[in-house]
Amino acid sequence: MLSQESRNQIDRETAKYPAEQKQSAVMAALAIMQAERGWLSTETIGDVAAYLGMAPVAVYEVASFYNMYDLAPVGKYKITVCTNLPCALSGGVHAADYLKQKLGVDFNETTTDGKFTLKEGECMGACGDAPVMLVNNVRMCSFMQPGQIDRLLEECT
Amino acid sequence: MGALGFILDATEGERSWRLAEYVKRGGYGALKKIIHEKIPVDQIVGELKKSSLRGRGGAGFPTGLKWSFMPRQFPGAKYVVCNSDEGEPGTFKDRDILRWNPHMVIEGMIIAGYAMGCQRGYNYIHGEIWEIYKRFEEALEEARAANLLGNNILGSDFSFELQAHHGYGAYICGEETALLESIEGKKGQPRFKPPFPASFGLYGKPTTINNTETFASVPYIINEGGDKFLELGKPNNGGTKLFSVSGHVNRPGNFEVPMGTPFKDLLEMAGGMRGGRKLKAVIPGGSSAPVLPADIMMECTLDFDSIAKAGSMLGSGAVIVMDETTCMVRALERLSYFYFEESCGQCTPCREGTGWLYRVVHRIEHGEGRPEDLDLLNSVTDNIMGRTICALGDAASMPVKSFIKHFGAEFEYHIQNKKCLVPEDVQRTGSGFFKAA
Amino acid sequence: MLEIEIDGKTTEVADGSTVMDAAHKLGIFVPHFCYHKKLSIAANCRMCLVQVEKAPKPLPACATPVTNGMKVFTHSELAVKAQKGVMEFLLINHPLDCPICDQGGECQLQDLAVGYGQSAARYQEEKRVVVNKNLGALIATDMTRCIHCTRCVRFTQEIAGWMELGLAFRGEHAEIMPFIEKTVDSELSGNVIDLCPVGALTSKPFRFDARNWELSRRKSISPHDGLGANLIVQVKQGKVLRVLPLENEDVNECWLSDKDRFSYEALNSDGDNGRLTQPMLKQCGEWREVDWQTALEFIGTDLKRVVREHGAASFGTLASPHATLEELYLLQKFMRGAGSENVDCRLRQTDFALDGKKVVPWLGIPIADIPKLDRVLVVGSFLRKDHPLLAQRLRQAAKKSTRVSLLHVADDDQLIALHAKSIVAPSVLLTELAGIVKAAAEAKGAAVDAALAQVQPSVAARQIAGSLASGEHAAVFLGNFAQQHAQAATLHALAQMLADIIGARLGYLGEAASSVGGYIAKAVPGAQGLNAARMLAEPRHAYFVLHAEPELDCANPHQAMAALKGADLVVAMTPFKTRAIDYAHVILPIAPFTETSGTFINTEGRVQSFNAAVKPLGETRPAWKVLRVLGNLLGLPGFEQDSSEAVRAEMLDGKPASVAERLNNRADGAAINLMAATPVLQAGLERVADVPIYFADPLARRAPSLQKTRDAAPPAARMNAATLAKLGLDAGMQVKVSSGGTATLTAQLEAGLPDNCVRIAAGHELTAGLGPMQGEITVERA
Ligand SMILES: Cc1cc2nc3c(=O)[nH]c(=O)nc-3n(C[C@H](O)[C@H](O)[C@H](O)COP(=O)(O)O)c2cc1C
Ligand code: SF4
Ligand code: FES
Repeated sequence: MLSQESRNQIDRETAKYPAEQKQSAVMAALAIMQAERGWLSTETIGDVAAYLGMAPVAVYEVASFYNMYDLAPVGKYKITVCTNLPCALSGGVHAADYLKQKLGVDFNETTTDGKFTLKEGECMGACGDAPVMLVNNVRMCSFMQPGQIDRLLEECT
Repeated sequence: MGALGFILDATEGERSWRLAEYVKRGGYGALKKIIHEKIPVDQIVGELKKSSLRGRGGAGFPTGLKWSFMPRQFPGAKYVVCNSDEGEPGTFKDRDILRWNPHMVIEGMIIAGYAMGCQRGYNYIHGEIWEIYKRFEEALEEARAANLLGNNILGSDFSFELQAHHGYGAYICGEETALLESIEGKKGQPRFKPPFPASFGLYGKPTTINNTETFASVPYIINEGGDKFLELGKPNNGGTKLFSVSGHVNRPGNFEVPMGTPFKDLLEMAGGMRGGRKLKAVIPGGSSAPVLPADIMMECTLDFDSIAKAGSMLGSGAVIVMDETTCMVRALERLSYFYFEESCGQCTPCREGTGWLYRVVHRIEHGEGRPEDLDLLNSVTDNIMGRTICALGDAASMPVKSFIKHFGAEFEYHIQNKKCLVPEDVQRTGSGFFKAA
Repeated sequence: MLEIEIDGKTTEVADGSTVMDAAHKLGIFVPHFCYHKKLSIAANCRMCLVQVEKAPKPLPACATPVTNGMKVFTHSELAVKAQKGVMEFLLINHPLDCPICDQGGECQLQDLAVGYGQSAARYQEEKRVVVNKNLGALIATDMTRCIHCTRCVRFTQEIAGWMELGLAFRGEHAEIMPFIEKTVDSELSGNVIDLCPVGALTSKPFRFDARNWELSRRKSISPHDGLGANLIVQVKQGKVLRVLPLENEDVNECWLSDKDRFSYEALNSDGDNGRLTQPMLKQCGEWREVDWQTALEFIGTDLKRVVREHGAASFGTLASPHATLEELYLLQKFMRGAGSENVDCRLRQTDFALDGKKVVPWLGIPIADIPKLDRVLVVGSFLRKDHPLLAQRLRQAAKKSTRVSLLHVADDDQLIALHAKSIVAPSVLLTELAGIVKAAAEAKGAAVDAALAQVQPSVAARQIAGSLASGEHAAVFLGNFAQQHAQAATLHALAQMLADIIGARLGYLGEAASSVGGYIAKAVPGAQGLNAARMLAEPRHAYFVLHAEPELDCANPHQAMAALKGADLVVAMTPFKTRAIDYAHVILPIAPFTETSGTFINTEGRVQSFNAAVKPLGETRPAWKVLRVLGNLLGLPGFEQDSSEAVRAEMLDGKPASVAERLNNRADGAAINLMAATPVLQAGLERVADVPIYFADPLARRAPSLQKTRDAAPPAARMNAATLAKLGLDAGMQVKVSSGGTATLTAQLEAGLPDNCVRIAAGHELTAGLGPMQGEITVERA
């Protein structure tokens, strides 16, 4: 069951679309639920489907298609590093290596304390600011040289 | 160098994105002019045609012509959609436009709605730039409060509603029909065309889709006239254009310069080559555009026609600069991985072919290449190109083809010697990451 | 019209046609996988790439619209190179396991690979492996073989009406799957097996049983619902191993319901409930196997005795409406020859007031005309489960512009975009329909029948009436529930009145394969005879039971069993071991539809004959032959037919077309007395009985795979929350329900039921002890 708060948020999104197109809000609804529950379990996906009157597998299609949805639990901080070519030319891959070594995890792994999950990302449309990384899907961090990375990790409590 | 453009160069200060600041810069003047002077729709489209504004999303399609495809007399709903999905590696201009000048895009979209008789619009914003999405939503609020959006805009009988829709991490949603599917709440799988969006678009209704920068160019054209815009650039390539310069330069960033500006000048604006190293290659129009070696690139001017003549594409105006520390095989491997990962998976040549390309390039990069691999790669790209539902198949193929064409020797070296021509420690220095460590 | 030239041949096609359509018209084969004429166009496989003059790239024939003067080349160098390129891509990740693949021999990929494949595999990387999915008891998966054509996904979405399969993830990781841990539960699910061009989705019951080329193919007709789906029965060594659709655009199109497709498993069933292969005779309380001679002579002698002692009217016959026309005809001829008119095949019917009015209930229109209707009202039907493929036609129609409304007693999701619906208790069904009639009369400015003076149309009734009144081509269909209703004749009269007012067709959705045929074969009582209900309410001394399981097939199983158990002579003719063991004196193994020739007349009046697909099992005999011998034994005239064709010719007078003239839904002069028709419920609870799809006939009940599906879940006592609360019950509790007889069931919540209704399925052992399918019922904690 969705909480009243998340229902309200989803309703605000549904209102953006023509009345018979509730399904258009599914991406937003999944993002809202992921923010609330940390990741998208089968149950959550089923809840969203029921709320929007969609076939559950149609919601699953969406949840599994877009990179930023997590279909498995992640750490408190999910750090996604862009390693695509433009970023790599300015240290994207090196920054990711630096993080791997500092956190002791590889891509798609979570630190044993459950705090950090490291993900490899594709172009975030911020190549001029490389190295860039995205924290929990919402916070973009630019020019992440080693010092900045150290600071970021310290900030994450 | 002074301000050359009107989109970003005109903005200054932390609050430039606010409505009040935009109005101070003359913002919404074009809309007001249209509404108060009741400028006929034909005239608006006419100015656009005159301006030679070509789509800034990659394909460079003439915008005025595109708008004229919308069925005028269609009775039901029609939509105007802005493509801010900006996922093409190397491109980061739309993010800055929305960050500093969102109202200019909003104004452009309202005018588009007016000109094409649309009642609603959506701006599809790249999922990773969440802060920008939030900012755009705030700008929409401001515009609604000022009756620039909503019912009876500025007292006229024109009503238009505009909303923001966010992506959530799928490059393919930049393709216009995938984007429409995504707004409809589905996976972003491109549609076969025809029918084109102008007849069967969002929710099956006539729809026009333009890039963020394209919409941002519209108010200027209405204010100053199509001719003036055209004069900013060169014939058939009107206006100024934002170039996103990334890679091995001293000052990566967005530069708004007239169409036709020599590449040399842009490189200079970006602070020249990092560490004074030598230019090796440039991808001039986002990762899907064929790579060009330094000598060819240095002769190009930045406009659709010149770059096309040189064998590449202006694309989205993303200029990826690579110096001599770059291993071209590794560079291609990363790009091929990208297309492999981002293929939507519906059509056979792309779903199966991108993985094949990546695996072969990966093999070469890892010293397991075979002599016949370059022919194989070329043949596989031939089997992908022009046979897919959308242009991602081509986008994945062009880098492979062009890297082999211009840097084939480097690939052969990899295959024969099982290592790179550029020593590993040299490669490490290019990024500048370790200088701080 | 547009002119197009393909490979040098020209034709004209309608505007909006694709190159594929034009190629079909010209008989030119364009290779394809994702394209299917009944599904939306995906254009994702790219196998159908062809060269189009002036187009720089090859274009997919399936999705490219024809333009006037277009020139297409399907075999040019450009086209063939593109097709071969696609084929190579399809094969790089496809396992080369054809020798062990169930699709072997009927695989489109394999077929096309012969023409378009390349010999040397240039792909030397590791092949993709995809984990298999559990889609339930009917569909086996081998997902590594999937070529992502999405036909199965589109089928569930577009034809079956609910997206049960999806293509999740993306790129090379894309996989066909149901929602996590879910099975595919559609009653049409088996069609995805036919649609899958490779061996990714195959038949679970058929798996590993045989290879395609070992099977011979025989045409047949489905014996289940009134549609009469056309079948291909596939046979190996005298055994039916698979059933596939035989395409008939006017009947089943290219589809089959799962019941049509998988019921064949019953034909090969053994064990306590399985096939009966030897005549059985009960002597001195002991059952023993006997030869036919002995069994038939016993029947002859004993029947003569009963008739002598109690008169011919003490002899009655109950036939299944799934029996063939020939069987029903000879059965009634035998009865009438013996001097009795007591014969009926309408076992679940309870109101026979229309008898004698020359009604031969049928669909009222050809099946293929359903899409032409713009307004439809379905009254009293578990539509989707009772008539899977008719429902499918209505679903497609509703997607276009047909407004479909439903008046019913349960709110099951029909997966049809209904325009309006009214869900009421069975006892209110009449007044609600009367309300629709009245509102329609008002809307049309027609006179309102005096009997409806007191009726107050509900909001839903007005909505339905409004929609019907605004149509040009409307139909009112009475479903199984309406036909079984205790006031079926009044419902009919109201529906007829409604149809007259709005100028609509009145039709019946035929419950069974011989619902029309039973009338044509005269397997209904004449004026002097007793109908099925009366034969059981007023017990007879002797009964013949043909193909039926009275405790599951009759409207009042409790009463049926009492009547049969009290009789002096019960002859059960059945292909299966049934509970006849408890009440019969002779049990005769007769042929199921695959082991005899015969005829079914479907609900639109289409006469469809078929031959035996296999030889009768063991000592089994076709029932028409058995009846002929019995006729001879009793010395009755007119039992000389030497083939089922001869029986049919005699019955139809050699004129199958004459059937059409006899179809008639019009019953004039049926008085409507709503007050008398509306029962007063003492205890305030009434039963809603559905006949779940896989409990509906003896074959379906014995198909093990169908019995493992969700639709075959054991009956429960389902009520809405208010009714549960009123009775102080919680879902999950055991309850004792009584109506004539009793049963112990689990209480379950079903939100869409009307208040005070208890839904208890019929057709199942668990509820065979209960009384009538409709009327009062009591529920208490067990
Ligand atoms: C794979 C692919 C990705 C694309 N990504 C983008 C994008 O991120 N932004 C964009 O504006 N156009 C993108 N396009 C181009 C759009 O399909 C479309 O042509 C464009 O939005 C039209 O706008 P314009 O005419 O203003 O350029 C992409 C096209 C393809 C084939
Ligand atoms: S080319 Fe690739 S991304 Fe485009 S539709 Fe085909 S599979 Fe999808
Ligand atoms: S049949 Fe045309 S693309 Fe598949």
